[in-house]
Amino acid sequence: MRKYTPKDNVQAKAYYTDRFWVAPRVPRQAVEDEHFKAVVEALGERVKEAYVEINNLVLHIDATQNYAVLETLKDTCGYKICSEISAVDYLAKEGEFEIFYQMLNLDKAKRVRVVCRLKKGLAIESVVPLFKSANFAEREMYDMFGIKANNHPFLKRILMPDDWEGHPLLKTYPLQGDEFASWYEVDKIFGKEYRDIIGPENRDPARIDRYDTKRFSRVGYEVPFDTDISSGETKTPIEYSTTFLTDYNTGTKQLDKRK
Amino acid sequence: MAQHKVNYASNGGLPVALTSVDKLLNWGRSNSLWPLTYGLACCAIEMMASGGSRFDFDRLGTIFRASPRQSDLMILAGTLSKKHAEFARRLYDQMPEPKWVISMGSCANTGGMFNTYATVQGVDRIVPVDIYLPGCAPRPETLQYAVMMLQKKIRKESANMKKNKKQDLRLV
Repeated sequence: MRKYTPKDNVQAKAYYTDRFWVAPRVPRQAVEDEHFKAVVEALGERVKEAYVEINNLVLHIDATQNYAVLETLKDTCGYKICSEISAVDYLAKEGEFEIFYQMLNLDKAKRVRVVCRLKKGLAIESVVPLFKSANFAEREMYDMFGIKANNHPFLKRILMPDDWEGHPLLKTYPLQGDEFASWYEVDKIFGKEYRDIIGPENRDPARIDRYDTKRFSRVGYEVPFDTDISSGETKTPIEYSTTFLTDYNTGTKQLDKRK
Repeated sequence: MAQHKVNYASNGGLPVALTSVDKLLNWGRSNSLWPLTYGLACCAIEMMASGGSRFDFDRLGTIFRASPRQSDLMILAGTLSKKHAEFARRLYDQMPEPKWVISMGSCANTGGMFNTYATVQGVDRIVPVDIYLPGCAPRPETLQYAVMMLQKKIRKESANMKKNKKQDLRLV
């Protein structure tokens, strides 16, 4: 039998990893800043965990309360800008996504990250009524992870084509694409019956077909375009121009007096 | 009065003296290669520079046209994503015969460094390519050289398009 490899994370990994190396963590500090304390107080019970990471308040909340929390942040705490919304795939380890909202308060020059966990298959409430920037960000989140946003005005793929299968930023999605992705353009333009004519993708850019004289010519063995060289080709000596090139090695004139 | 009949349906309607007609037609075709104004990524910047005054494509008779209906050369300059492949092929189909394709830069040739799910691994999967131009991105001089190579190639072609050996995709 073929050796089993887990498919829940197919992303490329480092060839060698030190078993005893522990990734350094960004230190988590207690909330001491006056403004941040006020923010945590304004949200009250909805905050499950709050700490500061590099002057950036991180708030863990429940995924069902994301709209209410962002509304409070916007209306009472002055976080008028939502600069980033996206997700992180922790499906392999914990069976859920982490969704984060990066908020910015321009008056106080403070940033807050609202973080929530969402089980696979569940949808999150859209925050488009609060922030217009969430429109594209949630569409991208749907495109890349397959996380749907309820009550989104136009939830449609944004980067990949509409008829694409799969969500590319999932850890289960291979970097070089699955079967569908590798034939996408051939199927779309020519139809599936042309797969045999066009052939599979060549993922090795350094590959040179020795007998392909349409694209490659061997230096010193140049032949006309599309010549059959399966029975060998003759050596063509490199021709140097005799009119313009001057051979400085054999000349008598000494250009550099130090030599 | 001669009784013979010219068969306009065969040999492109060219019954006699094909070598001289070849030369005349290829002289015209090779010296007025009109590329499509069509850029995909950073290679297109070099392509624009080639068209500008410093490198001056016009002296080769190469003038960028804004419509595929008026062009006979497609320079695929840059990364072709799988989403866009359909439209690149459509533009190619809209160009009238005879037409030629230059694949400009590593990304167009092989997918280049974008060895990912979203990039077409070589535009020759979509359209038949005449000249592969290496580089990332190729300098305008290199693109000029590619056009001159293409001119050389066109001058060797027959006026009768059926006689020219084309890649299989041309028939699609």
